Amino acid sequence: MEFKFTQENLNRIEQETKKYPVRKPAVMAALYIAQEQNGYISYEVMKEVATVLGITEEEVLGVVTFYTMYHQKPMGKYHIQVCTNVSCMLRGGYEIWNQIKEKLGLDHMAVSADQKFSLEEVECMGSCGTAPMIAINEDYYENLSKEKVEEILNGLSATLSKEEGV
Amino acid sequence: MEKILLPDIKNLHLIDVYVSNGGYNAAKKAFTQTPDDIIDQVKKSGLRGRGGAAFLCGLKWSFMPKTTDKPKYLCINGDESEPGSFKDRQIFEFNPHQMIEGAIITCYAIGAKTAYVYIRGEYHKWIKLLQKAIDDAYANGFVGEKMKETFGTNFFCDIFIHKGAGAYICGEESSLMNSLEGKRGYPRVKPPFPAQNGLWGCPTTINNVETIANVPKIIEKGWEWFSNIGHPKHPGTLLFGVSGHVNKPGVYELPTGTLLTDIIYKYAGGVPNNKKVLCVIPGGTSMPPIRGDKLEGVRMDAESLKEVGSAIGTGGVIVMDEDTDLVKVLARIAHFYHHESCGQCTPCREGTGWLEKILKRIIAGKGSVSDLDLLITVANQIEGNTICALGEAAAWPVKFMVERFRDYFEQRVSKEISLPVANKVHSMRQTAVPLADVKN
Ligand SMILES: Cc1cc2nc3c(=O)[nH]c(=O)nc-3n(C[C@H](O)[C@H](O)[C@H](O)COP(=O)(O)O)c2cc1C
Ligand code: SF4
Ligand code: FES
Repeated sequence: MEFKFTQENLNRIEQETKKYPVRKPAVMAALYIAQEQNGYISYEVMKEVATVLGITEEEVLGVVTFYTMYHQKPMGKYHIQVCTNVSCMLRGGYEIWNQIKEKLGLDHMAVSADQKFSLEEVECMGSCGTAPMIAINEDYYENLSKEKVEEILNGLSATLSKEEGV
Repeated sequence: MEKILLPDIKNLHLIDVYVSNGGYNAAKKAFTQTPDDIIDQVKKSGLRGRGGAAFLCGLKWSFMPKTTDKPKYLCINGDESEPGSFKDRQIFEFNPHQMIEGAIITCYAIGAKTAYVYIRGEYHKWIKLLQKAIDDAYANGFVGEKMKETFGTNFFCDIFIHKGAGAYICGEESSLMNSLEGKRGYPRVKPPFPAQNGLWGCPTTINNVETIANVPKIIEKGWEWFSNIGHPKHPGTLLFGVSGHVNKPGVYELPTGTLLTDIIYKYAGGVPNNKKVLCVIPGGTSMPPIRGDKLEGVRMDAESLKEVGSAIGTGGVIVMDEDTDLVKVLARIAHFYHHESCGQCTPCREGTGWLEKILKRIIAGKGSVSDLDLLITVANQIEGNTICALGEAAAWPVKFMVERFRDYFEQRVSKEISLPVANKVHSMRQTAVPLADVKN
């Protein structure tokens, strides 16, 4: 599918390039902006980013495939990230991971059929002192218990059905 | 004890509060002195880097060339991805202006016109908080061209945030620079060192967020004052991030040289259910672990930890109680480094995978005592044979964990131990101060 940045997003990218003596470093921000607009990074997105910044498609591809936060397929509306690294593990990170896996019927990097949820097992998120933790899209949820996780997930489902009801 | 980085001042993150508490006066003072004077004071203060290697900060600054036609750069490392580390985010949230003030003083000292703060991509919230603080500092004339007027100087500098996108390796300074240049975050071969050949081939200094946040206080109160806090060879305070099996996990600002047992029992509230400590990792998962029966008398500073065969790292203290399955912990650590290896060097790319595989074999009950020697052999083959220190970061925990807990591991390979109470959700948690405003 063809991809073109909106004018507003082009302006945002231009703003980003001003931080640097050359245009290339803005590739990281441009990819975030593209992901926001398109949902994921497709080949067409990479082509457009390359054109806008005047760099090669290979350079963009190299960046996309190096960093875990750029997604090359559409993820769920709620992308749930569960930390299972040591400090979280010591406080039940794997229990939370298994609980969410079961509840959503999803595994690592899987997306639900209705595209509402996706799941990712992530490395340390810098919340070890408030472990266990999960992140949903950009927001951290810390000091979790199984009950709290249940509540959070039910809350998301409730929001979804409300939206559909409208 | 006076806190240098996270004092108990309400709303210190707001620029007005920061200024009314004497904020940006250190910068004003710095601009009345020469850059060399500033470097000299930071040298004499004994300030050492808080990013992992505890390198002397003033000495690092003095490597920057004095005469060059190239622009110079400062990179502030807020990648904070070493498991067990969660301190820099406290500075972004509770005292961002002190880091900003540190950045402008550092730029002046090393002659940089631009500072980049590299922050891990997952820290969306803290990126917004720091960006707000930077915007306020610009608006009030403390950063950017308006600095000239505010401080009555010819010098000015800019501060920009560069957002990472999920890669632990980008905390390594040369990888960070490649990532900042918009490339894959591959570490570079050293030499040349960043002070000669850094960002875009220009002289560059890289320092951790906490290191930079110390600078204004050293200028304001004097190097003698700073050098008298904590351990003389590693002075100041550290933001100790305590996690794992303690009653009050959190970030505690304490002088260097504080007893590890005080951190665990006096500040972090001891171990839940009064269990014994089996193992402590003192400075993030890369650092050699210490046995629970060897904690007595251990002090938390670079020199003292070296004496007991470990290192201060990021000051991230991970505590494990007697019911912890150390093999599972070590396998999780090995998985992390395998996942995060950038793949440039064969010993690291392949070796980290083998470490993980062997540990998983042991977990599956299919290990043997010879596997323990194999783990140490593989770790030794990685160490010292790679481009960057991720090699050591992956090798050390395995090597030292197996060596120091040989009895435990031998028992573990010979029979399947079931640990019913290990790694359950700890529901008794109390929160330590200060903590991020928690979402739930
Ligand atoms: C694999 C690896 C990861 C690192 N991650 C970080 C990090 O997240 N933050 C940091 O400040 N330093 C990190 N470092 C250390 C940096 O390379 C560098 O030494 C440090 O930022 C210098 O700052 P300092 O002298 O103020 O400590 C890492 C090093 C390695 C080898
Ligand atoms: S040691 Fe590992 S992470 Fe570092 S450059 Fe080599 S392969 Fe990459
Ligand atoms: S280990 Fe989970 S946030 Fe650090």
